[in-house]
Amino acid sequence: MSRLDPPRVSRRSVLSLASMGSFLAALGTAIAGILRLPNPAVLPGPARRFKLGAPDEFAVDSETAFAEQNLVLFRDNDGFYAVSTICTHLGCTVARSKDGFACPCHGSRFDNSGRVVAGPAPRPLSWLELARAADGQLIVNADNEVPEGTRYRV
Amino acid sequence: MATAPREFIENLQHLPQAVKDAWFRLGKAPESEREESQATFHNLFLHIHSVRVHVRTLKPTLTLGLGIMATSAFLITVITGVLLMVYYKPSTDLAYQSIKDIHFTVSTGRFMRNIHRWAAQLMVLAVLLHMARVFFTSSYKKPREFNWVIGLGLLVITLALSFTGYLLPWDQLAYWAITIGSNIANSPRELTDAIGITKWMDPGGFQKRLLLGANFVGQDALIRFYVLHVFVLPLALVVLLSVHFWRIRKDGGMARPEDPMGGLAEWGGELRPVFQPVATKTYGLMALVRGKRATVNRGPENTVMSWPHLFWAELAVFMVTVAVTLVLSYYSDAPLKELANPAIPENPAKAPWYFLGLQELVSYSAFMGGLLIPVIVVFGLALIPFLDRRPGGEGLWFGTAGERSVAVKSLFFSLAVTVGMLALTVNYGWLRNWFPEIHQLWIILVNPGSLLVLIFAAWSLYILQRQDSVRHAAVGLFICFLVGFTILTYFATVHRGPSWKFFWWPSQWPVH
Repeated sequence: MSRLDPPRVSRRSVLSLASMGSFLAALGTAIAGILRLPNPAVLPGPARRFKLGAPDEFAVDSETAFAEQNLVLFRDNDGFYAVSTICTHLGCTVARSKDGFACPCHGSRFDNSGRVVAGPAPRPLSWLELARAADGQLIVNADNEVPEGTRYRV
Repeated sequence: MATAPREFIENLQHLPQAVKDAWFRLGKAPESEREESQATFHNLFLHIHSVRVHVRTLKPTLTLGLGIMATSAFLITVITGVLLMVYYKPSTDLAYQSIKDIHFTVSTGRFMRNIHRWAAQLMVLAVLLHMARVFFTSSYKKPREFNWVIGLGLLVITLALSFTGYLLPWDQLAYWAITIGSNIANSPRELTDAIGITKWMDPGGFQKRLLLGANFVGQDALIRFYVLHVFVLPLALVVLLSVHFWRIRKDGGMARPEDPMGGLAEWGGELRPVFQPVATKTYGLMALVRGKRATVNRGPENTVMSWPHLFWAELAVFMVTVAVTLVLSYYSDAPLKELANPAIPENPAKAPWYFLGLQELVSYSAFMGGLLIPVIVVFGLALIPFLDRRPGGEGLWFGTAGERSVAVKSLFFSLAVTVGMLALTVNYGWLRNWFPEIHQLWIILVNPGSLLVLIFAAWSLYILQRQDSVRHAAVGLFICFLVGFTILTYFATVHRGPSWKFFWWPSQWPVH
């Protein structure tokens, strides 16, 4: 190939391609950046660990509703368990009904231990982790689930 | 004496007239067609219109003015919305109180908020009816396919505007609507959980985080919805609306039956000569001239000047919209529920009417009803003009042969299927009631909502086969969509009560 041969690719088309390419690359990066900013790096929120009271306050075979904390605390012969009242469907607060829980928003129904009986809920109600605080009170950690049937023995 | 002082005095004397001329450019009401055309395209705001408009498109029964009505309602919400922004405070502590202030203290605040709310409702209604009008007059056909898709985008933005709007008062409706809405965004997790891949791929969680900016519904969520409602979505709407209008012009005006080439067409009770315009061209001044001089009172095509014919018609629709909004706002206040209470939702917690059909679907499955079916419906609607490509019937209600009978049959069919499906669900429950241990995947895939979509699609294919017409199949599908939407909305409004149970009338709801 000599210097007199015409170039197969013109300078103009190389430059056009380069400018188009850099534009597309910049656009892609910009879109990624634009989506990145609103995706929170830190999820702010209050701690969801609540003191529920001394274990003696709750009689065996009793249940106590904690409306503010969205849970119901049960005590039976085997121990304590806390069932979340946040519906696993779309997050409404379920109400206690005769034989379980019922959701006001889309009609999911759960039995006493939170298993789905009817309606669209994809999962049973969460059982929440219980523990004792240093002062002996029961503490629930609403961010941690425990398997259904788990009891907390005092 | 120098002439400049005299000139100055004279100019001073003519100042009011000169300013007026500058403002109106033409400086007087147009008297000839040439001036009428100049009035249109020498004015920034009127320039959206073409200079001439076909007489057929001025017929009220073609468009029913629904597009203009939707636009008018949007303009009203923009003006009242900006006014509400003066007092509204997007903070979880202050939002509710500021709405109360607007309602009870701010001069005309209550009226403005009512107007904002009624215009928004009217806009949703007008947009839906406008879509139905465009469909039933075959106005989406080539070359208007793209504008149909833009229109669907506008429908989605309109609904998004309404949704983000009713979140702002931070009352019970607002709080629980954000909770439900963000969990619907989260609902792909239902599917990823059911097949066990959430750990590796969690689009639902990403969408929810993007909406809420946190793990819970609070200040971060409110400010995000506020920004969407007052800036992002209106801007997107205005951009798409501009494209929508621009395409109407560039696609050759509104869809209408073609005038006979070189023949005569009826206009104002008499037959007049017309010529056939090329759809891709816009005709400006050159269309005004026929022969050697400008024509008076008669277009070379079957058209009239936009000024004043079209403008008066548009103004009339605008004024009707304003009047309806004002009357509704005078007699009916925009609701404000109790302050948001994260502990307990209202029972029943119902969305505004245009989302109640969706709420019924969501009560079968969050992912299927809240995301997949709406996406399928919007995509299905968007595909219609690309699948139905045979010309004919443009600008005529039920324009092709046999369309009316297909429409009526589809009406009865979809009515029977939808009502039957709801009756079945109410009386016998669904899969979970029959097989308590059933896998969630079955609940997502097989539910009354997804079955309705399948049956409607099958019906459309049946018509396609039987009538041998894509347009007829599309008509069948669209009727099914309209009937499904209407019946579900009605059903959820009237027949769903506390705990989303079935009641014949709201008066039978248990009293606490």
